[in-house]
Amino acid sequence: NSDKLILENTNPRAVNVDLQTDATLQVDISDALSERDKVKFTVHTKSTLPNFKQNEFSVVRQHEEFIWLHDSFVENEEYAGYIIPPAPPKPDFDASREKLQKLGEGEGSMTKEEFTKMKQELEAEYLAIFKKTVAMHEVFLCRVAAHPVLRKDLNFHVFLEYNQDLSVRGKNKKEKLEDFFKNVVKSADGVLVAGVKDVDDFFEHEKTFLLEYHNRVKDSSAKSDRMIRSHKSAADDINRIASTLYTLGTQDSTDLCKFFLKVSELFEKTRKIEARVAADEDLKLADLLKYYLRESQAAKDLLYRRGRALVDYENANKALDKARAKNKDVLQAETTQQVCCQKFEKISESAKQELIDFKTRRVAAFRKNLVELAELELKHAKGNLQLLQSCLGVLKGDT
Amino acid sequence: VCACVRESVCERERESVCECVREGVLFLSQSPEAACLSAEDISPSSNGPRDDDPDDLFAEATEEVSLDSPERQPILSDGPSPAITPVTPVMISPRVDDEDEEENRDTFDIQISVSDPEKVGDGMNAYMVYKVTTKTSLSIFSRDEVCVKRRFSDFLGLYSKLASKYMHMGYIVPPAPEKSIVGMTKVKVGKEDLSSVEFVEKRRSALERYLLRTVKHPALLKDPDVLQFLESSELPRAVSTQALSGAGILRMVNKAADAVNKMTIKMNESDAWFEEKQQQFENLDVQLRKLHASVESLVCHRKELSVNTASFAKSAAMLGNSEDHTALSRALSQLAEVEEKIDQLHQDQSYADFYLISELLGDYVRLITAVKGVFDQRMKAWAKWQDAQVMLQRKREAEAKLQYANKPDKLQQATDEIREWEGKVQQGERDFEQISKNIRREVGRFEKDRVKDFRVVIIKYLESLVHTQQQLIKYWEAFLPEAKAIA
Repeated sequence: NSDKLILENTNPRAVNVDLQTDATLQVDISDALSERDKVKFTVHTKSTLPNFKQNEFSVVRQHEEFIWLHDSFVENEEYAGYIIPPAPPKPDFDASREKLQKLGEGEGSMTKEEFTKMKQELEAEYLAIFKKTVAMHEVFLCRVAAHPVLRKDLNFHVFLEYNQDLSVRGKNKKEKLEDFFKNVVKSADGVLVAGVKDVDDFFEHEKTFLLEYHNRVKDSSAKSDRMIRSHKSAADDINRIASTLYTLGTQDSTDLCKFFLKVSELFEKTRKIEARVAADEDLKLADLLKYYLRESQAAKDLLYRRGRALVDYENANKALDKARAKNKDVLQAETTQQVCCQKFEKISESAKQELIDFKTRRVAAFRKNLVELAELELKHAKGNLQLLQSCLGVLKGDT
Repeated sequence: VCACVRESVCERERESVCECVREGVLFLSQSPEAACLSAEDISPSSNGPRDDDPDDLFAEATEEVSLDSPERQPILSDGPSPAITPVTPVMISPRVDDEDEEENRDTFDIQISVSDPEKVGDGMNAYMVYKVTTKTSLSIFSRDEVCVKRRFSDFLGLYSKLASKYMHMGYIVPPAPEKSIVGMTKVKVGKEDLSSVEFVEKRRSALERYLLRTVKHPALLKDPDVLQFLESSELPRAVSTQALSGAGILRMVNKAADAVNKMTIKMNESDAWFEEKQQQFENLDVQLRKLHASVESLVCHRKELSVNTASFAKSAAMLGNSEDHTALSRALSQLAEVEEKIDQLHQDQSYADFYLISELLGDYVRLITAVKGVFDQRMKAWAKWQDAQVMLQRKREAEAKLQYANKPDKLQQATDEIREWEGKVQQGERDFEQISKNIRREVGRFEKDRVKDFRVVIIKYLESLVHTQQQLIKYWEAFLPEAKAIA
């Protein structure tokens, strides 16, 4: 079955990141279609740049094509000095699909009302996951579009404009294995590089900061997920309680029948609010932390690349000294050393700016989301309170 | 459709209590007999079936029988059961005056508390002792305030005595709390952890509710065993309580009822009230169990939420520490503090979920088992009556045969036996009608209590939810400016 999700064409719904919008290039995901095992995103571009044939156009892309684009940035030596915007996570409807399937199997064991109710719940959950994956893919594109250098990337333009399939197949087993080993080597190197104390105070501080920050964000992200899951479970319980109270209300032969019906109605409403609280916490807190987990990793990757360049530079220096000492291949050594030096300095310069921008973006994003989180929590608590108090008023007055 | 007796007549929607009930046609609480609780009420005006009972099965059985009938056996399980303390049928006549029961309840002045659990002994022979304090101005008690020490098996012993005395008469005897081997073993072994403390508190609370329910019953309040339990400093140790528990006794009783059900003569229910009420209690049982399960799940998830929130709070604090932007770092620490307060809030709420709702539902699931038990007792009484009639018929046939056989001694014996069984038939009918009457009254009282209990508890619970939301508002309102202050 496929669900079409029509999204309004508003400006970057970039929930997690605070990005400057720029008239010269605006990208968003205007539509999305969820099919059995894939999601099709309609990427919509508005641009005044001369590079594009039209001012406004759309293409359909799948998740693998986003990954292709991201990997092409990572593999491009020219971009070594930038924080590459983290790739969006793969759309994962497995859990939701499994629940829907289990519901279908258990249809016989529950009443028609319960079944309909639960089905609606699960469909809403499916929709929420769907919206989230759309948002995350969109954020990736917006980050690229907002970056002064990356937005000019040719692959990016092809991604936006080429209206045929990019024929980007997912990585096969061999390639995945290669990737795995690359990562293993990188982390070993990472330890090596991290061990060398940096002459530059700024980078030394950033290194220490990022290593710790990344781990803490990882932990917070996992813990916030768990907390929100419990919240959802509790809301589900209240849902079942409301249903049973309703049945009790219709069956009871005493005055309690009215009582039960009123309380059942109350719990139906408060349960919806509790579910919203969990959903908002998910959006404003859990997603924020997940995003910065990915971004801080991207920042670490930048530091690693700079570290590698530094090691290369230092090795080139040593090689030059040796060459001068032996008076052999001096010119070649000099050239190599020059190249390494330039590369290192170029990376260092852009890295510094990137890391400063990263901090600015991070602070702005946290501020926005924490303020919105608090405002939503307040809104929902007040809503809950009002429902509870009004119901209590009726019940107490009834005696 | 209204739940009153005239179901075929009354078609109103059940949004308000129908006029039939208001007019007092509903049999239960309006009749003056309801107030009289004597177990042995022979006055003809109060006995007997309802006026419009069409099927008077004993129109023929009009022979006067002497009322010095043989002792009535308590109608319990066939065959002696070792777990029930053998009790000679005590004819209790708790003389509640013929005033309206309502008034008695308003002057119900007795407070019972179960407190100060204390561990006595060591290892597997250890047990908990609870202090039971009774404060009352009722005259049946010897003092205004009395404190005694009781252990769990004492409570079970009390219940078993009351059940064996009163259940066969159709009284709904509140069941004692359940045994718990796992829970108690932990306590015995001396684990001072949170779960043992919670277990003891749960049990203490359950024992207190059990006693309060027991004394709320006008007949049980005056029972000498109850008085002895509450007042006497030394209590003879309840024997054989290993197999005893509220559920255990009820299981036995219900097993007996099953045996009745399997009888070939199906009870001819001449009174729709009983059939309807049984069905209602059956439905109530199903729903309450379902509700109880959902609430237990909620308690569990809320506890989990509390733990996970605390864990997140710690993590957020660490994140705040490592954040190098000062204002954001401070805001994250504030967030951690808010979440810590919220986790305590969730924990408190889960206690409310449990002690208010979950335990109430658990109590009522057990109480309804007791209610179903008395309905089954009535069927047993009916069966006994039917048996007696069958027997009488046989004796009559035997006598008729002997008349032709011309054996004067045997004839005399046969005639005597007929008289004996006529007496048993009459007694059976009386017992059946008495238990039917008692059950109607008991059910009325039970339903009234149920309405009150649920109302009170649900309102208290909603108030706890209100408090939680008010606290949440307070916490987030304090946090919001901190978040806005991030610059």
